[in-house]
Order: sequence, then structure tokens, then C-alpha cells
Amino acid sequence: MSDHRSGQADTTTVDGPHDIRQEAPLSNQLSALQRDEFVSGVRDTLPLLLGALPFGLIYGAIAATSGLSIAAAMAMSVFVFAGSSQFIAVGLVAAQTPVAIIVLTTLIVNLRHLLYSATLLPYLKDLPQRWRIPLAFWLTDETFAVAVHRFQRNDSSPCRHWYQLGSSIAMYLNWQLWCFLGLLLGNRIPDAQGWGLDVAMPVTFIGMIIPFVKTAPMAVCVLTAGAAALLTLALPYKLGIIVSAFAGIASGLTAQRMLRAKTRTTRR
Amino acid sequence: MSANEAWMLAGMVAVTFGIRYLLFGLADRIRLAPWLAESLNFIPPAVLTAITLPAVLLPRGDWFVSPANPYLIAALLSLIAGVVTRKLLATIAIGLVGFLAHRLLF
Repeated sequence: MSDHRSGQADTTTVDGPHDIRQEAPLSNQLSALQRDEFVSGVRDTLPLLLGALPFGLIYGAIAATSGLSIAAAMAMSVFVFAGSSQFIAVGLVAAQTPVAIIVLTTLIVNLRHLLYSATLLPYLKDLPQRWRIPLAFWLTDETFAVAVHRFQRNDSSPCRHWYQLGSSIAMYLNWQLWCFLGLLLGNRIPDAQGWGLDVAMPVTFIGMIIPFVKTAPMAVCVLTAGAAALLTLALPYKLGIIVSAFAGIASGLTAQRMLRAKTRTTRR
Repeated sequence: MSANEAWMLAGMVAVTFGIRYLLFGLADRIRLAPWLAESLNFIPPAVLTAITLPAVLLPRGDWFVSPANPYLIAALLSLIAGVVTRKLLATIAIGLVGFLAHRLLF
């Protein structure tokens, strides 16, 4: 049965569409393929667009209460385009953190993108810079997740980067729209900060932290970072945030190592 | 937009794009050590916690650990809601409602 099916598949790929393709001009074929990849990139990103909606709205609303100007908050969405960094920057602006510490924290928070680009690199390294630069700028958690799925499907499509482009542009336009609406809404609420609506920031962060805490090492990391943040309050320039982040990461890594060593010995 | 905001944006654009482009630009010339790759997963929750906890326990810059602290009550409610529902919007909504109720009642 399976032999029969694969035999049939072979005949269709060799004889059927192959002949038809040879009749169409090569450039037409290629641009149709590019369009198909682009459209499926957009289509596969649609559910994630919905997921980004509340984050965009909330970012806008929080930014409006943080003391950041509307222009700066919108420019951040347009030029930085990194959800978690934007949230954290707004939180730090509200806490009157110096610019250098905000930039340094952004750097640390974005280090995870190294992991993404390292994974995508084998598929993109032969592209010219005019492709690599925009794909790098538009790289997000969501587009990474969708694109890596596409790249790992083993076919020889020469236009798979168009798929990533479709996902990237969909994510980008969607994010701008919701951030803008969030900013408009946030500014409509009179004296939001005086009302104490700045509580939206810690409450949102709590909602963002919880899904991470699935393993014991992650719990150790979060508890250590929290304790360290309270112990380093006296440090100048809000440096305590950076110190605490490193303390949390180091303790989480250590806990993970210990856990792994333990499971290894029990298995023996 | 103030000059301070412009500097912040310029810095953030530089580091965000810099990291996203670093490996694409350098292609195969660098490789991440396994421990470094592993530690990247811990960064977002560590940074978020380090910002959130002081914002809740010292909302105006001074220690305020008391049931009279609406930020603390909101945070505890949203923590419970988040653990129970595992839904971001429910977590935020319950925290906000708890905060407003606290302010109206006390």
C-alpha cells in the first residue's frame, strides 16, 4: 500500500507538474513561489497576531502612565520593536532609572535573540545583506517560532526567506497598530498615574513571569532575583536591577546543574 | 520628545538591532557556549522580577508592607489569579479590579 502510494507520488512529481513548469517562464514561477511563501508566512502568523494584541494595547496604556512622551513611546515601537524590552524600558522610566541602565537592561533582555539568530543562521547565511538586515530587525519570539518551523521542513524551496518576511511584516504592522491604540486609550484616561493606574505595570509583569516558572531552577532564579532586588535597593543608578538579574540567572543555572547531577546519580 | 528620551531610544535601537544582527552579520564566525545559551532562558523572568518586587513593596520609594498598600494587594491577587487561570488577561484584570476596589474601600 505504502509502496504503491510513494510510487504514484514519484510519477506525479516527475511527469505531471514538471512538464507544465517548464513551459512557464522561470521568473514567473519564481515570483509565484515568493508570493506563496510570503502569504503562508502571514497566514501562519495570524494566531500570534491575536496573542500580541493585548500586549500592544497594554504597552501603550502603561507607557502613557510612565511619564514617557507619546512620541517617544510610539518611536520605541517603530524603531526598537521588541515587546519585552519596551515593557521593561517603560517600567524603568516610571522608576526614574538613568538612560544608561535602561539601555544596559535592554541589552541583557535581548540577549536571547542570539539564540534565535544562531538557530536561523544556517538557513539565512547565504542571503545578501539587503535581506539579512531587515530580517534581523524584524526578528521576534513569534516570527522565530513560526519561521524555524518552516525552515526545518525539509524541502528545497529557494524562497523560504519570503515566508519569514511575511511573518515579520505581519507582526510589525500588527504591533504598531495595537501600541498606537493603547497609547490613545491610555492618554484618554485623565490623570491615570495620579489614580494609581501605574499598578498595571507590576500586575502585567506578574502575568508575564508566571508562565516562565515551570521548573524548580526557574523558581530558584525568580526568588533569588526578587530577594536580590530588595537587598540592592541602596545601590546607585538602579544598578540593583542588573545585579539582581545576574544573581537570578546564576542561581537558576546552578540549580539546573545540581538537578542534572542529581538525576544522573539516581539513574546509575 | 526630550533629549533624554532621544538618547534612550538611540541606545535601545543600537543594542536591540545589534544583537539581532550580530550573528546574521558575522555568519559562521562565532558560536555560543552551551552554558551561555542555557542562561538566556533565565534572563526575562529574572529582570521582570527584579523590577516588579520593589515596585510593589516600595511603591513610592519607601517600604510599605501592609494590607493598606493597594499595590501589594493588587500584586497578590494577580499572582493568585495567574497561578490559577494561567491567563495573562485574567491576571491583569483581577489585579486592576483588586487595586481599584482597595482604593475605593480604604
